[in-house]
Amino acid sequence: MPIIDAVFQALMLGGLYCLFAAGLALVFGSMRIVNLAHGDFIVLAGFIALTVTWTVPVHPLLSLVVVVPIMATLGYALQRFILNRVVGADPMAALLITFGISIILQNVLLQIFSGDTRKLQAGVLETASVAFGDSAIGLYPIVVFVVAVTVIAALQYLFYNTEIGRVLRATSDDSQTVRLMGVNQNHIYAVASAIAFVVIGIAGVLMAIRTNFDPTQGPARLLTAFEVVIIGGLGSFWGALVGGIMLGLAQTIGARIDPGIQMLAGHVVFLAVLLLRPNGLFPMVTHS
Amino acid sequence: MNRRLEGPAASGLLRNLDSAKAPGVFLLCMIVLGIASASLLDSSSLRLLTEMLIYLTLAQLWNLLAGYAGLVSVGQQAFVGLGGYAFFYFATALVVPPIPALLLGGLVGFAAATLASKVIFRLKGAHFAIGTWVVAEICLLTVAVIPTLGGGSGMSLPASIVRTLGAGRQEREVLYFLMAFCLATITVALIYVFMRSHNGLALMAARDSERAAESLGIDAMRIRRMVYIAVGFATALVGGLIFLLKLRMTPDAAFSVLDWTAYVLFIVIIGGSGRIEGPFVGTVVFFILRALFADFGSIYLVILGVVAVVVMLFAPKGLWGLLSQWTDFELFPVRRRARSQAFRPCPNSTT
Repeated sequence: MPIIDAVFQALMLGGLYCLFAAGLALVFGSMRIVNLAHGDFIVLAGFIALTVTWTVPVHPLLSLVVVVPIMATLGYALQRFILNRVVGADPMAALLITFGISIILQNVLLQIFSGDTRKLQAGVLETASVAFGDSAIGLYPIVVFVVAVTVIAALQYLFYNTEIGRVLRATSDDSQTVRLMGVNQNHIYAVASAIAFVVIGIAGVLMAIRTNFDPTQGPARLLTAFEVVIIGGLGSFWGALVGGIMLGLAQTIGARIDPGIQMLAGHVVFLAVLLLRPNGLFPMVTHS
Repeated sequence: MNRRLEGPAASGLLRNLDSAKAPGVFLLCMIVLGIASASLLDSSSLRLLTEMLIYLTLAQLWNLLAGYAGLVSVGQQAFVGLGGYAFFYFATALVVPPIPALLLGGLVGFAAATLASKVIFRLKGAHFAIGTWVVAEICLLTVAVIPTLGGGSGMSLPASIVRTLGAGRQEREVLYFLMAFCLATITVALIYVFMRSHNGLALMAARDSERAAESLGIDAMRIRRMVYIAVGFATALVGGLIFLLKLRMTPDAAFSVLDWTAYVLFIVIIGGSGRIEGPFVGTVVFFILRALFADFGSIYLVILGVVAVVVMLFAPKGLWGLLSQWTDFELFPVRRRARSQAFRPCPNSTT
């Protein structure tokens, strides 16, 4: 059943894309900042995991124990010491600074790890599969999908049911009033960024097990994440899951037609959504 | 030249824009210098100057987009690449002479920008930036699957075509230099004239406060789209010239985000965005840094990135911004500033 195969492949690819996008959606949704180095941080997480597995021979998934705290710290520091200086100003400053950081990260990684393509070896997890009717589904893609759903559910809960989520939503609506209420925005923004970087860390490790990666691949990850966010809309984190699956589906179908147009097919779907539904499938509710 | 401003201008609040002589003198000096270099320098020095002029032009164009129109694009490589490919295609497959082929390349950029603006102008601010990058990716991926354009392995310009521009190397380098020189001069002159016009003022007003500008009846979208398309045309023209110099192009080189956007961006940031003088300073600093550190490979790019980030954080108006803040001097005055001290709470205001 090639159609069922394609749909499953799209679902699984969509899970990974959704993880790429969730951090971007969180940061943009609360601070109106787009981090152009987002993709490079995903790749950085992959390289940190690689270094961990080189140092201690553990299963790559266990490297998350190290990767996630490092990424969270990086996210907090990036926001607190650099991006908070320009938040709320025109979007140009944050864009250009993160663009600079993207170039810096790519070249630091290139200097340390060279341009070779890498991959994390996850042993039997990569080859195991589950029978489903007359086709077999890889176990690892299912794991990625389950992680993606869990992360989205967690973010959704955090954003809509907790104190910090309330502050973030309020900040996104009217940051001046929130400041008047005595909230330390510098800290809140940095925490939001740290949460986004936790997701980046998870995404980076899962990506590094699934595909080859090298220091120059950040921008491609950024564009994927961005397209997912725009397709899904900024109204709900579940939009990222739907956006991810749509992009995955487009790429899977594109690849079946001709491997050369796999990425192109994804971009075309993005443009189509932008033309037909400029605010995405789950638009943000505006309070103005 | 700005009738609507006559009232406040007459009351002495606003600088009379017509009195500026510095740009004319500066351009005259540049033209004399240009002719002198074309007749005196050897081909490798000319090549370096040509490259500098190309980056100056790209930086001026990007500055017009981002610094004045508030359209931060990280996808201008789309137009460099399209201009280059169109030029190669017209010159080789359709045997159009090189100079008309360059202009046709510019028209392709114009068409592409018109088309792209229909989609990406639906995105605002930061999202617009990544949208432009997606457009550039689409151009790259599309060109890479078209066999007539050489697919992934690219195209080259046959020597027979190059020779139609001049028999000897020196002769051709002089021609390339003059072409780059004319492009740069015309670009700077047009930007200067445009920024002093009604539309230029409207553009700056919309950048500083979109709501206020629109409440005064400015159709910011229309002017921005116009600027985006004009910049697309000019960038494609420059792209054709770039690959006329390089003689060979692949999709990755033609649509390189590093070469045609990152470097240009760093030049404008370091020199100072939102000022015509900025890209001049930035280009000189960029080429000095390149001469000093280019041999270090990726470390050089790290240094460049760090310089750009530091400038952005601590001197967001760039080196020229610092300079003009201290000296109150402007080479290309396009801003209207209050003259009376009572009306000057902020030395950098544009109104």
